[in-house]
Amino acid sequence: MIAEELSKTAAAEREAQAQFEHRINVCVAASCLSSNSDKIKSALETEVKKKGLEKSCQVRGVGCMRLCSRGPLVSTETQGEDETQPASVLYQNVTPEDAPALVESLKGEPVKALECPTDTPFFKSQVTIVLENSGKIDPERIEEYIAVEGYATLLKALTTMTPAEVIAEISRSGLRGRGGAGYSTGLKWTTVAKANGGSRKYVICNADEGDPGAFMDRSVLESDPHRILEGMALAAYAVGASHGYIYVRAEYPLAIKRLRAAIRQAERNGLLGTNISGTTFSFTVELRLGAGAFVCGEETALIASIEGKRGQPRPRPPYPAESGVWGCPTLINNVETFANIVPIIREGGDWFAGIGTAKSKGTKVFALTGQIHNTGLIEVPMGTPLREIVYEIGGGIPGGKAFKAVQTGGPSGGCIPAQHLDSPVDYESLIQLGSFMGSGGMIIMDETSCMVDVATYFMEFCMSESCGKCVPCRVGTAHMYDLLQKITRGEATMADLDLLLEVCDVVKNTSLCGLGMGAPQPIFSTLRYFRDEYLAHIEAKQCPAGVCKIHEGNEEVIA
Amino acid sequence: MSPTVRVKTLTIDGQAVGAREDQTIMQVARENNIFVPALCAIEGLTPVGACRLCIVEVKGVNKLLPACATRIEEGMEVTTNSERVANYRRTILEMLFSEGNHICSVCVSNGHCELQTLAKKLGMTHVRVPYRSTMRRVDASHERFIADPNRCILCTRCVRVCDEIEGAHTWDVMGRGINSRIITDLSQPWGDSDSCTSCGKCVNVCPTGALFEKGKAVSEMSKRQEFLPYLTLMREGKK
Amino acid sequence: MSTPKVRVATIWLDGCSGCHMSLLDMDERLIELADKIDVVYTPLMDVKQFPKDVDVTLVEGAVNSHEDYERILEVRKNTKILVSLGDCAISANVPSMRNPFGVEVTLKRAYVENVTLNPQIPSKEVPPLMPLARPVHAVVKVDLFVQGCPPSADTIHFVIAELLEGRTPDLSERTRFGA
Repeated sequence: MIAEELSKTAAAEREAQAQFEHRINVCVAASCLSSNSDKIKSALETEVKKKGLEKSCQVRGVGCMRLCSRGPLVSTETQGEDETQPASVLYQNVTPEDAPALVESLKGEPVKALECPTDTPFFKSQVTIVLENSGKIDPERIEEYIAVEGYATLLKALTTMTPAEVIAEISRSGLRGRGGAGYSTGLKWTTVAKANGGSRKYVICNADEGDPGAFMDRSVLESDPHRILEGMALAAYAVGASHGYIYVRAEYPLAIKRLRAAIRQAERNGLLGTNISGTTFSFTVELRLGAGAFVCGEETALIASIEGKRGQPRPRPPYPAESGVWGCPTLINNVETFANIVPIIREGGDWFAGIGTAKSKGTKVFALTGQIHNTGLIEVPMGTPLREIVYEIGGGIPGGKAFKAVQTGGPSGGCIPAQHLDSPVDYESLIQLGSFMGSGGMIIMDETSCMVDVATYFMEFCMSESCGKCVPCRVGTAHMYDLLQKITRGEATMADLDLLLEVCDVVKNTSLCGLGMGAPQPIFSTLRYFRDEYLAHIEAKQCPAGVCKIHEGNEEVIA
Repeated sequence: MSPTVRVKTLTIDGQAVGAREDQTIMQVARENNIFVPALCAIEGLTPVGACRLCIVEVKGVNKLLPACATRIEEGMEVTTNSERVANYRRTILEMLFSEGNHICSVCVSNGHCELQTLAKKLGMTHVRVPYRSTMRRVDASHERFIADPNRCILCTRCVRVCDEIEGAHTWDVMGRGINSRIITDLSQPWGDSDSCTSCGKCVNVCPTGALFEKGKAVSEMSKRQEFLPYLTLMREGKK
Repeated sequence: MSTPKVRVATIWLDGCSGCHMSLLDMDERLIELADKIDVVYTPLMDVKQFPKDVDVTLVEGAVNSHEDYERILEVRKNTKILVSLGDCAISANVPSMRNPFGVEVTLKRAYVENVTLNPQIPSKEVPPLMPLARPVHAVVKVDLFVQGCPPSADTIHFVIAELLEGRTPDLSERTRFGA
């Protein structure tokens, strides 16, 4: 497909959509699907048919509309200049039985009982770049993606920009890796572009999202899969790769299904494959399914897994940029990083660099979960204060409970207490607070959470996800977990706490990969801010939050 | 070795040394009689950087690097045995002792064991972390050898020698984290393995008494590892 | 009156007595030592109560039974320098080989399965086992570790001689696990 054909397709699709006076959008991403949004969709279709409105009303599935706690979410859109009728209405907690009322409302007043206000901070404070199409287009149809200028950026870059110009634009944007560590994307691309790889180079999209409570990448893949393919193609063009892999965990069947369909559609339309848009650039994408091992999110383990080997990390250097999959120079970026590429190339690096803070540019998608009113997906500019996320966007803590901590960065992250709520969310600030940006999980905890118990939870996760290759991570995480359990049972002494810290130190500094290096982080951060809770378990044999079961009168406790 | 390989200079523990650019820190250290402890690394097999005992400090690098898997660089300043690293190594040894069931006094490799020798050499006097005391079943199904996973430290030398040198790939690792263990074929008894050639290379590279010959009593099992550099040398000569 | 002698005790928890045999292997050196130390408690003499104010106690064996446990607490309370003597005290060694199996299986194996005459698990006389056989330092603070199974008479003599001189013995070249 060349540029003219692409714009023709876009125009045809927009025209086809304009035929409908009304549109009913049903969220068909995993969260709403799990509460039967597919049944809602078919009920709506039946109802539209029953009323004979097929010609004027379209029912379609769209991606995530972000406010997951109110799901299933349905939105209606109405064209025309009728001032009394709101152009778009969002409905929450919809059931299949609501279908007749919703279809009926298209002609009159919105269904008040189901209406979900959209003039709230949850929607108003968000800035959507990564999620710009999410909840607005049907992720299973390439035409809808093309209608919102999809693939136009790729074709523009292929025909009017050199690879070096693409990289320069990314460098200028200041984009940093969204997988966690925040390495400069432009620098990474430059390294791979310069790598002397003989004939082959690879681009890998890391979609092995595994942090507890994190579902950003999943939503992006389910809601806007073509954006990832287009981002990867731009990357491949920039670094000189001709083949790509998307490494996605098998636990994301819907994301896999939509990616498969998207790859097929893109290939059929000549937007992936050989000589894309009549240029010399060729790029194919293959899916690789992970079996769910958390460590396979580590880039060298991921590459081993793609090669069909046991998913274990290896020492770096050499870095994948130099020697990655099949020993070839490999660019590996996370889903959200790739999702930022198209807007950066389309709008320019300077535009992107204008959003965010001095060192952290653009927006960040977070999966907001835990003890908070509005759980779901949020996208905010870097530098947004935590307080705004918790109390305005998140709507505060339910049940009149007191906020205790926000956990970011997954099992390598930490818990940030109330006194630091005014800190901005950016890479450096979070590290300074003893936490970590991570991939974007954000778990809110209130006064009913015991921080020792939280640390124990994350340590159990690290222990069971350790690959077992290096000694400190394999054995150290098990010891840390045992010692934490001893504390939660009220059986530990101060000597145990000292021993725990010593093991933490060794695991942090001697482990082979990031999983081990980051594993002690939840302990460090909870000890830093909630040391009194540890001491309460150890000295007073009490769990202040009333979560841990303290063993009474254990004779084995010897000072 | 190709004739175009360049020579680089670096310092290890303050000693100026010269080396080929394709050598690792460990190779260069050992050539210069500087001791770097290791349990997974063995000359002749691909380094994996798993045991972490060979970690060293390199000036200007903020993380510790495994000497076995780190190539030398021009002007590198390596410190192999700072107090900090020595402490880490002792704790890692304690972790290894706590993980398995290492009863030196009744072990066939008593007196010939690399784990035991390192514990003495690195000054590990006792194990502060709790022993894990997990049940691990001995496999005595092979007609000549026994595998006792109680003494296994998962260095994967057996896995690598079987794959890289013998070409049989009988051994591999199963499970993950603290539940990892070495297996033969698809976790069948060793004696039933179709791929095992009974060459015994795995037994001889095993640093502990985890793999040993039948009929050996306490302290009688010493390993012969000279074959490995010899075989590697022969292979390189062929290239 | 000469300077008061150093008060030394030895106890034997769950071990094979090999470390005490090694102690006795010091032979005539024991007589020399007798000028400087008073052996105030040992399984080789008939004293019921562990004495107070002991300067040095050498512990052989792991903490395996509840009786071992009570005794080591008592010893620690009354000892200035507590020495784990031998691998059983340091690592629980051979006694710990029952740990993976659990108490019940172990007792059944010892008193029922391998016994032909009146097999039964004892409920009196034999002190009950704890869930795990543990090293001494897992229960109380230990000041010095003397590895070996058993440590040689020379090693033990060196340890005592150094302690009498007020020094911490450097054992790095003298002994190891399983020696």
